[in-house]
Amino acid sequence: MAIFSRGFVGRRSAADVKLPPGQYLTSDFPVLSAGPTPHVALDQWEFKVDDGTAVLRRWDWKSFRELPTENIRVDLHCVTRWSKLGTFWEGVSLDVLLAGVKTDSAYAMMRSYGDYTTNLPLKDLMNKQAWVAFKFDGADLAPEHGGPARLLVPHLYLWKSAKWVRGMTLMPRDRPGFWESLGYHMYGDPWQEQRYSGE
Amino acid sequence: MWRTGTVVALHDETATARTITLKVPDWPGHLAGQHVDVRLTAPDGYAAVRSYSIASSPNFERHIDITVDRLPNGEVSPYLTEEVIVGDRLELRGPIGGWFVWRSNQTEPIQLIAGGSGIVPLMAMIRSRVASGNSALFRLLYSVREPGAVFYGDELRALSDLDRSVVITYAYTQVAPKDWPRPPCRIDAALIANATWPANLAPTCYVCGPTSFVESASNLLIASGNHRDRIRTERFGPTGGRK
Repeated sequence: MAIFSRGFVGRRSAADVKLPPGQYLTSDFPVLSAGPTPHVALDQWEFKVDDGTAVLRRWDWKSFRELPTENIRVDLHCVTRWSKLGTFWEGVSLDVLLAGVKTDSAYAMMRSYGDYTTNLPLKDLMNKQAWVAFKFDGADLAPEHGGPARLLVPHLYLWKSAKWVRGMTLMPRDRPGFWESLGYHMYGDPWQEQRYSGE
Repeated sequence: MWRTGTVVALHDETATARTITLKVPDWPGHLAGQHVDVRLTAPDGYAAVRSYSIASSPNFERHIDITVDRLPNGEVSPYLTEEVIVGDRLELRGPIGGWFVWRSNQTEPIQLIAGGSGIVPLMAMIRSRVASGNSALFRLLYSVREPGAVFYGDELRALSDLDRSVVITYAYTQVAPKDWPRPPCRIDAALIANATWPANLAPTCYVCGPTSFVESASNLLIASGNHRDRIRTERFGPTGGRK
């Protein structure tokens, strides 16, 4: 049973807006990163898919940008409790990046410039659920928001949408990434409020 | 798991910021730099939760301090800075966060850089250093709008007078005290060169403040030779417009 806060009224979001539990609405786009923002030159950029031993797929910026893209309008939910609705992105679906990749692995570790990592089940990255996004609101993605390109997995808390992605390693078993090693949840479903480990 | 904290003291740091001391009987202890979630609940069950950095040293047994700056359109911060009185109970979860922390067994030089209320978790590190008797070299570069916006001013002054191994540099962005050597402006390369440890000492750098401040301070640290792996950041607030 919660303790009531004497005199606290609070602000409800509009009745027609359904947010995951414990979230509040913002129209800003706050930034959360553990270290300095990496600045990656496009002629140095690459994205690789590997299985821990062999590189299975590799793109440089030019070949990546020749892949078919999609426009994506999605809601974002950050573990620090803000939600931002109807954000507009352009990116390449992971269904395209993983097309034809044969694997028995059930998990992936996303890897970023600046050495950030985050783990996800492979099934959460397929079937129109995840993209490598390079435009936000029609403009090139700014470095502090993950540019040149970031993962976008909107059905999980935003720390899973790794900024500055450079590749992914397929893994037979789940392993914790950066925040997951520091007390955050292995899966991170905002509708289940899976913020911290043990929830 | 939500814990209950009872407000035992209130202290205004500035015209908009207040330190709340909470007695938390089952507090498990924390590391300097960690934060807590605070939950407020209205009579109809509506709840709002926000995260606040812990300002107090881990050695302050069964008590924690949080310092809350009032946001103009905030939902929780106006309540915590204006409504709360001694004796009120608040629900807390934490401590949370294992990255932006200083442990009292760290011995390398430490560079702290605060923008505005970003001082709060860095103050916990300074207090933890004192309380643990650790003699690691500390420097603090504290960027603040004007003298009246400084948190913990008396304590910081007493500390640096007493202990020359904690060096504090203030940088004012809008109004500086009379006769201050540096006109009000944002932090820049010259200030980083003068007020932070030389990069060859390989300090661990903790940078906390609004996003644009953290971006600029960490870029300046890298430009002056610090390795990016030695820079830990914590950002808050909106980006202030998209690029």
